[in-house]
Amino acid sequence: MTATMTAPAAVDVNHLAALESEAVHIIREVIAEFDRPVLLFSGGKDSAVLLHLARRAMHPAPLPFPLLHVDTGHNFSEVIAYRDRLVADLGLRLHVAAVQDWIDDGRLTERPDGTRNPLQTVPLLDTITEHRFDAVFGGARRDEDRARAKERIVSLRDAFGGWDPRRQRPELWNLYNGRHTAGEHVRVFPLSNWTELDVWHYIAHRNVPVPSLYYAHERRVFARDGMWLTAGDWGGPRNGEQVVTKSVRYRTVGDASCTGAVESTAVTIDAVLAEVATSRITERGATRADDRLSEAAMEDRKREGYF
Amino acid sequence: MVESMSRPCEQVSELMSRPCEQVSSLLRLTTAGSVDDGKSTLVGRLLHDTQSILADQLAAVDRASRARGGSELDLALLTDGLRAEREQGITIDVAYRYFATPTRKFVLADCPGHVQYTRNTVTGASTAELAVVLVDARNGVVEQTRRHLAVMAFLRVPHVVLAVNKMDLVDFDEPTFRRIESQFAAAASQLGVADVVSVPVSALHGDNIATRSATTPWYDGPTLLEHLEAVPAGQEAVAEPMRFPVQLVLRPRTTDHPDYRGLAGQVASGVVEVGDDVVALPSGGRSTVTGIDTPDGPVLRATAGQSVTVLLGDDIDVGRGEVLAHPSQAPRVVTELDADLCWLSDRPLQAGARVLVKHGTRTVRAIVTALTGRLDLHTLRHGSAPAALTLNEIGGARIQLSEPLAVDSYASDRHTGGFLVIDTANGNTLAAGLVGTA
Repeated sequence: MTATMTAPAAVDVNHLAALESEAVHIIREVIAEFDRPVLLFSGGKDSAVLLHLARRAMHPAPLPFPLLHVDTGHNFSEVIAYRDRLVADLGLRLHVAAVQDWIDDGRLTERPDGTRNPLQTVPLLDTITEHRFDAVFGGARRDEDRARAKERIVSLRDAFGGWDPRRQRPELWNLYNGRHTAGEHVRVFPLSNWTELDVWHYIAHRNVPVPSLYYAHERRVFARDGMWLTAGDWGGPRNGEQVVTKSVRYRTVGDASCTGAVESTAVTIDAVLAEVATSRITERGATRADDRLSEAAMEDRKREGYF
Repeated sequence: MVESMSRPCEQVSELMSRPCEQVSSLLRLTTAGSVDDGKSTLVGRLLHDTQSILADQLAAVDRASRARGGSELDLALLTDGLRAEREQGITIDVAYRYFATPTRKFVLADCPGHVQYTRNTVTGASTAELAVVLVDARNGVVEQTRRHLAVMAFLRVPHVVLAVNKMDLVDFDEPTFRRIESQFAAAASQLGVADVVSVPVSALHGDNIATRSATTPWYDGPTLLEHLEAVPAGQEAVAEPMRFPVQLVLRPRTTDHPDYRGLAGQVASGVVEVGDDVVALPSGGRSTVTGIDTPDGPVLRATAGQSVTVLLGDDIDVGRGEVLAHPSQAPRVVTELDADLCWLSDRPLQAGARVLVKHGTRTVRAIVTALTGRLDLHTLRHGSAPAALTLNEIGGARIQLSEPLAVDSYASDRHTGGFLVIDTANGNTLAAGLVGTA
C-alpha cells in the first residue's frame, strides 16, 4: 500500500504519522486482548480508513477478524459495489445484518418517516450477540458530534449495548482497559482523535480507496430539508418534489433516505481536500437529517446501543 | 502518541515514505476548574476565537441559548455535550476538542469541575502536556483548585497555566490578580510544580484569550493562546531510554511469509535501531534487532510514538507482555511496587485488597499489602498511613505482584511508569498508579 498520490502542500505528515501510530497501537491492543473482534464497515470513508489501518496493524499477516455491515436496505449502489469489490480483492470475511430481515419477521417496524438509520441498532446488537463478538471496531470520531466528543477510545457496553456516559471508566495514558463480563462488549474507536480533514489528508496520503460518490458527479437529486437527496424506492421524491440533475458529492455515507449530497465540482482528491478545509458547515450538519432532530439526537441513539 | 509529534523529520519520513515538509507541533492540553469558574465558556471561547466552530454548530448554540432565555451566545453550550450537562449547566465527563492555529494543532481534554468527577480530570491529565487551571477572580484559590493542582502535579503534567477568569467582574483589578497568582504559586511550589504562567482573562468577553485586552494595561505577559502556541512540547520521550513493549507476535504463516516472526508494538520512549543489542524483560532473553518493519518496507530506526514491527536475530521466546530495552539502560524487574495511587472508585481501598495491575502490555494479579501515606489536600502535605484510601484521594501503597514487571519510575519516564489498578470482579479501573523511585 505505497502512497503514489501527491498530497497537497498543506498536509502535515508528522501529524498523520502520529495519528496512524496511535490507531495502529489501539487496534493491536484489541487484537491481542479480545477473542472475537469485528470491524463495523459501512463503506463510508471512515470505515475505509479504519480497515486500511487494521490491515497495516497486522501486516504482513492477514486481518484476523471479519467485517460487519449493518445494511439499511437504502443503499447507494456505488457503495455496495465498492464493498463487494474490496472484500473480494482483499480476501476478507463479511457479515451483513440486513434491517429488511428484521422488518420482515416483525422484530422491527418501519418508521413513519421511512428513515432506517435508527433501525440499525437492533440488528447490530442481535448480530453481536449471535456471533459473540466481544470487541466492535467503529470509525466514529470525536469531532463529529458533541456526544461523541465524550466517548472513550475503548468504551464498555452492557448486555443491551447501552452507553452510560456517567459511568465511563477513566482512560489513563495509553493503557486501555477492555475487561468485561459475559454479555458485555466494548466498542473501540481508533479514529477518536482524527478530524474530517485528517481523514481526507490520510486518504490522499495513503491512497486509500473510497466509493466514487465522495467525488463530484452528475446525479438526479431533489431538495428536502435543505439537502439534495437521491431518488430511490425508499420514498422519494414525493409531494411534488422536483428532480433535477446537479453536480454533487457526498461528505458522509449513510442511509440513503437521510443522507444528503452537497453541491460540488471537486472531482479530484486535492479538490475535495480544498473543499473540506474551507467548509463552514460540519459534515453531519450538511448531510445528516437524523442529527438535526434534536440537540441530543446522537446521545439518545448511543444510549440505545447505536454506533 | 503525544511525544511522537515533534520528533526529528528524518525518522518520520522513513515511516511515512515521504519527505518531511514541516516540523509538526501538536499540544495536548487539559482544563480544570471548579463549578461555575467558566471553564466551558473558556473552551468555547478558544474554539470560537480560533475559528474552529462552523456555521451550523454556531447556529445550533445560538438557538439553544435563546431557548434557555439567554440574550447572548452561551459558548458553554458548545462543549457540554450531554443532555444532563445542558440541563444542569455542569460538565460531567471529559470532552475532547480539536482546534488549530497556523502554528499548532491542539487536542483539548475539557474536564469537569465537580469533585465527584475528579476521575475524569485524571483521565484528561494523564495524556496532557499542559493544564489550564481556572480560578474565579471573585473567589480566589479554593479547595477544588488545590485538588486539581494536586492531580496535575501527581500526573506530572509538565506545564501549568493559571487562568484567573471573570476579571471583568472585579473591574480588571491588578491587586486581585496578583493576590490569586501568589496564592496559586504557593500551592504549586508545595506540590513541586515548577512551570506556572498566570494570565488574567475574561472568557465571556475574550479578554487575553486570543487577543490582548486593553482592560489590563498592567499585564505584559502572553495571551492564553500565545502561550499555548509557544510552550515547548513532546521533546523528552525521544531522549529517554528505549522501551518497546511487545503488543503481539505477528506470524502470518502464509506462502509469502512462511517463517516470519515479528514483534508488533509502539516505541514507548527512546530510539530503537537495527543492530541494537536488546534484552527482553522480565524474561531476560538477549538478542539483536535484525530488522524494523513497516507496511511500507523496512526502516533503520524507529522513535518514541512510532508503531512498527521489530525482528530479532535469535529465536528467543518473546511475546506480549515483554519489554525490549538496551541492556545498559534496562528497566527494573520487580515483584513488589512502591507506588502512588489516585483512587478512582467509590469503594475505598484497604490493605489486603486483591486487584489486577495493568502495566504496558502486561496484566498481573496483585495484593495491596500496605497503605503507606496520604496527601492532605488542605495542607498539601503528605501524611501518615491511612486506614483506607477513598474516592479521589492520593496516597502511597505497597503492592505485591504475582509475576514480575519491568518498570521505570514515573518520575523518570511518564510513558512507562504509569499503571492501572483494576477490579478483579467487574473489570473496572480503580486507580491510576505511578511507580515510585524505589
